[in-house]
Amino acid sequence: MPSILEELPRFFNYYNSIFLAKAFLYTLVLSFVGCGVGFLAGFVLAILRTRRINRWAGLRWLATLWVEVWRRIPFLVKLMVVFFAFQFAGGNVSMFTVAATTIALSASAFSAENIRAGIESVHPNQWDAAETMNMGGLTALRRVILPQAWSVIIPPSMTYSVGLVKSTSIASQIGVLEMTSVAKILNQKGFSAALCFGSILLMYFVICYSLNRLAAYMEVRLALPRNR
Amino acid sequence: MNYTLQFGQVTPYLWYLAGGAWIALQLAVVAFIIGWAIGLVCASITEYGPKPARIAVRSYVVFVLNTPLLVQIFFIYFALPDYGILLDSYDAVLIGLALNAGAYMSEIQRAGFRSIRREEIEAAETLGFTRVQSIRYVVVPHILKVLYPPLSNQFIIITMSTSIAAIFGVEELTGRAYNINSITFRSLEVFSISAVYYIVLTIVASTILYTVGRYFFRIKGSVF
Amino acid sequence: MPYLEIDNLSADYGKVPVLQDINLAVERGEIVSIIGPSGSGKSTLLRVLTGLLKPRAGSVAVAGEKLRYDSPKDLRRAREKFAIVFQQFNLFQNMTALRNVTIAPTIVQKRKAAEVEAEARALLEKVGLSHRIDAYPDEMSGGQQQRVAIARALALKPDILHLDEVTSALDPELVSEVLDTIRLLADDGMTMMIVSHEMGFVREVSSKVVFMADGRVVEVGPPEQIFDNPQTQRCTDFVSRILRH
Ligand SMILES: Nc1ncnc2c1ncn2[C@@H]1O[C@H](COP(=O)(O)OP(=O)(O)O)[C@@H](O)[C@H]1O
Ligand SMILES: [Mg+2]
Repeated sequence: MPSILEELPRFFNYYNSIFLAKAFLYTLVLSFVGCGVGFLAGFVLAILRTRRINRWAGLRWLATLWVEVWRRIPFLVKLMVVFFAFQFAGGNVSMFTVAATTIALSASAFSAENIRAGIESVHPNQWDAAETMNMGGLTALRRVILPQAWSVIIPPSMTYSVGLVKSTSIASQIGVLEMTSVAKILNQKGFSAALCFGSILLMYFVICYSLNRLAAYMEVRLALPRNR
Repeated sequence: MNYTLQFGQVTPYLWYLAGGAWIALQLAVVAFIIGWAIGLVCASITEYGPKPARIAVRSYVVFVLNTPLLVQIFFIYFALPDYGILLDSYDAVLIGLALNAGAYMSEIQRAGFRSIRREEIEAAETLGFTRVQSIRYVVVPHILKVLYPPLSNQFIIITMSTSIAAIFGVEELTGRAYNINSITFRSLEVFSISAVYYIVLTIVASTILYTVGRYFFRIKGSVF
Repeated sequence: MPYLEIDNLSADYGKVPVLQDINLAVERGEIVSIIGPSGSGKSTLLRVLTGLLKPRAGSVAVAGEKLRYDSPKDLRRAREKFAIVFQQFNLFQNMTALRNVTIAPTIVQKRKAAEVEAEARALLEKVGLSHRIDAYPDEMSGGQQQRVAIARALALKPDILHLDEVTSALDPELVSEVLDTIRLLADDGMTMMIVSHEMGFVREVSSKVVFMADGRVVEVGPPEQIFDNPQTQRCTDFVSRILRH
């Protein structure tokens, strides 16, 4: 313990603090972009899986297959597949793109599930009423179903995003300068492992704990009847 | 640039990879069992323990739930030696997985305890059951039924998490994929095949767990 | 030629036949009531007409024009002509009473918002709900919700209004307010197909009563015939059983 206390000022020098702060932002941006793109993709997948909108069974089946495949591959393996797939395709893409794509693939699978569960949580008679009034599937979804489904979709989506923020640490394997990479680099420079990894554990904690609290708050907030 | 997919170079290693899947599964089972025990103790303390113990346990659970498994293992593997605790990589990964799973399973089992309905026990006692009998025939079956689906799900999550062991040089499924990759350089093929192994592994595990749940706990639902 | 003509209509859920060879004619301004035991296919018939279930065989014609339910254009036309009010109201839970009434005319029929709103207010007043215009469904009683649902159906200006057991989900003391609303429509000459277990009401308003059992039309006739002098054994049994209550 005393040695850590002695090391503290040296560890949090100007250069390291900037390095860590940038890594913190990198982790945030990576998570945000990955989850955002993934959520949109999950949305499309959920729509494709909704019988009332997409009447073509083959397409529904493909969307299900996509979800099942991507959620059954560990993040690290997915990262490698994406990395080498980009290489194979000859695309000269940044490591950020590789990492964000991997997160988006994971996010697309889980948000497709969440959004589908949300859509299915709305009583089917709401679709019946909309259909007999000649609303198209997408109109009914937008005007009638989704406004009633958000409260079921948002809290678990936020909880799952926390999982993905944590997964971004694995992106350190391809060398993007997010928090875990930076901790490893500082450790190799001779700073103690306890400080390097301990400080980023705290930084992850700040992000994830806030997100989880926000999810819990939203769950209570959205459950209120006057939330339309 | 002239890269074409050649799965042929990887086929000699399919059994080697399957062996890796077996190691991954073993790792998952051991981590699950230890994690389940940790979770049971933590859940009991959280629900019924004295306040100081409760605070300690909650801190552990909340901290673990909100930080990445990989960094937790980095900490165990690289920081603990400075304090005289030297672990080999397999043990570090196993401890990390178990501590991580323990926090999740504490939450799951806490929810299980909370789902016990006092009225059910009272109803059993008015039927002449003794306390022990009502626990044996009413409480335990109820808890098992409530806990089985989330615990099965947790097992699948742990199985996928074991791939992190490769980062520490453990030669399980992903670790062996790294090895084959460095011999053959057929990267995309190797990792796609490994991905398929994980898909098959988790589907087989889900199916077995589902079947067991169906016959022993009469849990309805579907494999997926 | 009758206004609505249903000819040998059949439908099934999966492999289970639910409607078999239904024949029925409805004139303009007529009120046709459908009665029969639970599970006899009354709701299914209305669901087929309003396009919620594809018929397997047979035809439906309106004003002499056939409606092919597998053609999107005809399906749209069928739903323009037929509106339905459900047993469970099916009001859009995320909208006020007023919005429930205005939404389809504005976004589906693309009519002017101001004009639609004025009409909607008039309709809600007609069903006795001008004071609940801004209430959400979960803030209203069942009877109020059902009256909003009727206003919502009327806002579409349908040629035929289908009512599927609209009072069955209501507490007994709320039934009459909904029946009174339907009487108002009857006075206006609205063409209606009414599924109901309120036999007194059916007898009072119907020009024709259809008795269904096991997915078939068993007997059709004026209310006096169906209730006082049924021609078939099944109808006799049903009516005597239900009137004893
Ligand atoms: N969604 C459905 N899937 C399968 N069978 C159904 C469905 N809805 C109704 N049925 C069956 O169709 C028959 C007719 O039902 P319904 O039209 O609701 O009868 P009614 O309205 O006269 O009580 C019943 O035997 C019922 O079990
Ligand atoms: Mg019915």
